[in-house]
Amino acid sequence: MKLSYILHLADDALVLGHRMSEWCGHGPVLEQDIAMTNTALDLLGRARTLYQYAADLYNQMPVEQRAKMFSSVSLQKLDAAGEKAEEDTMPYLRDSWDFKNVLIAEQPNGDWAQSVARSLFVDCFYYYYFDQLQHCTDATIAAVAEKSLKEVTYHLKWSSEWVIRLGDGTDESHEKMQTAINELWSYTGEMFEEADYETSLRDELKLPELAAIKAKWQKHIEEVLEDATMKLPTATWMQKGGKNGMHSEHLGYVLAELQFMQRVYPSMQW
Amino acid sequence: MYSAEQLKVYSLLADVKDPEVPVLSILDLGIVRNVEISDQGGKQNVHVYITPTYSGCPAMDAIAIGIRMALTGRGFGSIQVTHQLQPAWTTDWMTEEGKRKLKEYGIAPPQRKSTEKLALFEEENIACPRCESTDTQLVSRYGPTSCKSLYKCNSCLEPFEHFKCH
Repeated sequence: MKLSYILHLADDALVLGHRMSEWCGHGPVLEQDIAMTNTALDLLGRARTLYQYAADLYNQMPVEQRAKMFSSVSLQKLDAAGEKAEEDTMPYLRDSWDFKNVLIAEQPNGDWAQSVARSLFVDCFYYYYFDQLQHCTDATIAAVAEKSLKEVTYHLKWSSEWVIRLGDGTDESHEKMQTAINELWSYTGEMFEEADYETSLRDELKLPELAAIKAKWQKHIEEVLEDATMKLPTATWMQKGGKNGMHSEHLGYVLAELQFMQRVYPSMQW
Repeated sequence: MYSAEQLKVYSLLADVKDPEVPVLSILDLGIVRNVEISDQGGKQNVHVYITPTYSGCPAMDAIAIGIRMALTGRGFGSIQVTHQLQPAWTTDWMTEEGKRKLKEYGIAPPQRKSTEKLALFEEENIACPRCESTDTQLVSRYGPTSCKSLYKCNSCLEPFEHFKCH
């Protein structure tokens, strides 16, 4: 269960980081291209520490339990060969249904408005989430949260400012920003729904109460949208599934690019 | 409080530079948390703990290699380098000497303490490292590396980097 939870945190960071890295060389101006890729690097760094931890936990599991964790043939082969999992194993050798990132993280970049709207929703969640998670009873998770909190503070300021700038900008930028917020809105609910692995670990690890996080999240989003002269979407139906491995088709394309080299040339290194 | 062996390690670490800011040693930067020495059959094994400045800092791998290079061939046994995340690195750990070197190199050093409420946000009145003018403006909160932001001096019109308070 703990492995699933750590993978959920790691997959969120990796998949969103990968999406943001797709802006590299394509940003509207150099400074913002750098902002996107700086953030992508923070997310990748967070994912690396968590994947290392996940690999350690996986290696400590009894063989029978390991065999039931993932469906990936590559992982089963690794086990059959008696090899240990390492940092790269989890991101490169699992299949899409073994990924536990929230659906919003894998949504395509779209235009600039859609990318910053996605960042705002996710940054705001993790800002309040890590503030609580740094008191987690698991020392490694707490350390990642403490470290990441500082970084996500910058990310949230950046994404909030962009939503305000575009929303309170020209008619065209306002319309594009509002459209992006509306389109991504149905992907925000999943962040506040506990997966089974979170429920079972909540007391033991002192995990954040998602209902309390949601209240703070909602307040910040409302404030940003008000400053941006925009409307909070009213739709209540929410997408879900990512935390349990049910993804949109977009994740498959992300993984096809991300995993290609390791799949074609197993164990290759740069 | 340090043993002779620890002091020897620290003096060698003073030559390991941050590859992104090559005027700073890793001691100036404040990323060395601890040096442990353990005796194994007469050989002194060294264990160095370093803290990443930012989670994804690509310099960390280069720094770990730099530490190994600096300690190799100095009569130690095994050399181990561990990344330690907690407590999280802060610019408060940068030495005054380090801040002076940064300024000489043309990078405005962090001014605030990280415990101050607005620590993580951009500072006002950043002095231009070239002409000392505080008539400067933020160009971008993100710079060529995670730890720096971009500024422009309105007096001498030179662009410069600022090492963010973190």
